[in-house]
Amino acid sequence: MGGRKKTLMGMAALMLLTAPAGAQSWAADGPGTVELGSLANHYSAVTFDHAMHVGVAANCAECHHHTTGLAPTDPNCVRCHEAGAQARSVACKDCHSDKRFSAEDLEKTGGNPQLYHKGKPGLKGAYHQKCLGCHTTMGGPTGCQDCHTRNDQGDAFFHSGKYAPAPKASGGHGGGH
Amino acid sequence: MKKLHRRSFLKGGLAGGAAIAAVGTSKHAEAAGSFGGYPDSMGVLVDLTKCVGCRTCEAACNKEQGLPAPDKSFDDPSVFEEKREGGLPRRTTEKAYTVVQKYDVPGREHPLFRKVQCNHCNEPACLTSCFVNAYKKTPEGAVMYDPTVCVGCRTCMIACPFYIPAYSYSSAINPVVKKCIMCYDTRLKFGKPPACVEACPQEVMTFGKRKDLLKLAHQRISEKPEAYVDHVYGENEVGGTAWMYLSDVPFDKIGYDTHLGDQPIISYVKEFLAIVPMVLTIWPALFTGFHLLSNRKDALKNEDNKS
Ligand code: SF4
Ligand code: SF4
Ligand code: SF4
Repeated sequence: MGGRKKTLMGMAALMLLTAPAGAQSWAADGPGTVELGSLANHYSAVTFDHAMHVGVAANCAECHHHTTGLAPTDPNCVRCHEAGAQARSVACKDCHSDKRFSAEDLEKTGGNPQLYHKGKPGLKGAYHQKCLGCHTTMGGPTGCQDCHTRNDQGDAFFHSGKYAPAPKASGGHGGGH
Repeated sequence: MKKLHRRSFLKGGLAGGAAIAAVGTSKHAEAAGSFGGYPDSMGVLVDLTKCVGCRTCEAACNKEQGLPAPDKSFDDPSVFEEKREGGLPRRTTEKAYTVVQKYDVPGREHPLFRKVQCNHCNEPACLTSCFVNAYKKTPEGAVMYDPTVCVGCRTCMIACPFYIPAYSYSSAINPVVKKCIMCYDTRLKFGKPPACVEACPQEVMTFGKRKDLLKLAHQRISEKPEAYVDHVYGENEVGGTAWMYLSDVPFDKIGYDTHLGDQPIISYVKEFLAIVPMVLTIWPALFTGFHLLSNRKDALKNEDNKS
């Protein structure tokens, strides 16, 4: 029990890169909110309402696969992972690399013939595939800025907002050939 | 002229060319032959089932490659409705080395999005069709293009089975073919993933050794046979490509040419180029070509001076 709480606190601490102190609150079973800011170069960090999602999801395994001790929901995972002990860590970032496709990551995934989960997504991919996947089927928000506000750097990157291209004069050549 | 592909045009050209000019000594055919790709070359596996059409990859490419500002913001979905002549979807241009296309597939709950860029063929038709050897395939997998050699004949544009190289019209006296270079000089050669791959929020693209990616692709299909068609596009097409695709919709329904065959396009393009008098193939470039050839000498001289 204590171990789990510690793990979760560790997760919150690791992800809590930009939140002011005390920004996370604790529900009975897991963090209330988690600040997801480790990848935020074009968007401000996301305040993830964990407590709310605990209420919405059928169970922890919906997002945490087999790590919380419950049987995974994907029948394909059940082939190997059954309900059982809780894993040492349940934090996304402890299994999903935030350095996906780095040399060490490629060595670990590509270079190891024993490894089964070769295509395990990195942290950013894991977040988005899980969140958007579920939001799409459950009717949750799916627009980029429904979850994170784009910052100035992001506006420049997307050539949007104040960086939007001037509307083309009519009769122009249109660019694409 | 309706369905005359550039492909079949080339094949036809071969037959016609043979009739006209049977005298060509095949100076350019000598390098033909299969080599099957570098063993440790890198590649990208694109899982179309995961793409949400956010175009972050396009924005990342624009930035990484220092391309001109786009005509529309990268978060403007109206580009998906832009059609080329004949109702064809948007394609790569000299200002956009990658574009995302949208397909409304009957019976599919959501539209399918497809990212298009150079496939970095194992045995690239652009390379083999180029008679000044402006292209090269690096051991890391990228197909690179050298503008200082190019004479602007645009044969590569015709030869490419995926309609990738775009011609820059920005400067009349400096013709340049523009295409995705797999971020070779800024990333790939340092072992880093391409910018578009890294930027994608959905991790639609997996970067790795091509041979590892093939295993991964088949693993994904066998784990979820209901989620994919049993075809890794690019595994064998035209001799194999570095960029490969997984899809839940048959590839011929989403704009992929599934009739290219497994043979590299080398052979018949080579022959074609060898026997057709050069003037027939490069007529558009003759003006600028000579100019450029002399320019190139100067450029080489300058380079010599530099080093
Ligand atoms: S960034 Fe990824 S999800 Fe977005 S359009 Fe490109 S490939 Fe698709
Ligand atoms: S896709 Fe076209 S441009 Fe790219 S390597 Fe293949 S033939 Fe060349
Ligand atoms: S690999 Fe690089 S050059 Fe090619 S489409 Fe992606 S970002 Fe652009």
